[in-house]
Amino acid sequence: MRNCREITQLVSEAQERELGLSERMGLRMHLAMCRACRNFSQQMETLRKICRSYARRDVDGRDDESLEND
Amino acid sequence: MGEYSGGKAAPGRSDRGGEPAVDAVAHLQDPVYLEGLRTQMQRFAVMQLGDRGLAEDAVQEALLGALKSVRSFNGRAALKTWMFAILKNKIADLLRARGRQVEVQSLLRTDEEHRDLDELFNDRGHWRRDERPAHWADPESAIHDRHFWQVFEACLDRLPGQQARLFMMREFIELETPEICAAADVTVSNLNVTLHRARMRLRECLENNWFQAGEAVEEA
Repeated sequence: MRNCREITQLVSEAQERELGLSERMGLRMHLAMCRACRNFSQQMETLRKICRSYARRDVDGRDDESLEND
Repeated sequence: MGEYSGGKAAPGRSDRGGEPAVDAVAHLQDPVYLEGLRTQMQRFAVMQLGDRGLAEDAVQEALLGALKSVRSFNGRAALKTWMFAILKNKIADLLRARGRQVEVQSLLRTDEEHRDLDELFNDRGHWRRDERPAHWADPESAIHDRHFWQVFEACLDRLPGQQARLFMMREFIELETPEICAAADVTVSNLNVTLHRARMRLRECLENNWFQAGEAVEEA
């Protein structure tokens, strides 16, 4: 069984590569039992969205307009 | 509409339906604003490239490129972010072109860089009670709150150099693992460990200073 520390590493790596079958199974089982890691996993998805938004502001700038001026 | 036609726009004001080009020109004529922008870009470029001279060149090119297409800007915010977009592309090109030749001697590997995750996990690798990630309420509204971006940038600033550099390459410039490993001369496992730590720090910082901070106020 993987512990939380290993699970967070795995969740992080999932942002760079596709996990193997056993990794996915282990991850799913752990997340089903562990609320903290479940939150962490959601946060990693959110973090990526935040970073994409940050980058998108660079290209688009429109969203940023209201952000800068409200 | 016509309020910017006199030339210099009021600081911090911009109008989506107004005279964006004039607005942008006004910003570019503001030396204080320009210097602040250049400093930010410079910091970003140095962090990415690990080379002050190269970074200066990239920033210079980005500024010149931006000046050429100044008419397409839409207000101060767009100007700034557009410049970063140009800069990002230049940095990505440079990193790809240099490949393994990128030198990493300028990257400071402080003790902090190698701070272990022991503070967060106990001996069995489980979260310490105080460190357990909480549920983040309404991240969508954070994205539309300019105060959130101040917190986000402050959290980024707190990342140790190598973590910040690799994280930005991955998340902002959107390079893939092989590209980052080649450009920064790190192994895949080194990259994975570093990104993991960067994300751990960043999420902790965002949680403490944004997602939980609000709750604490409400509870108080």
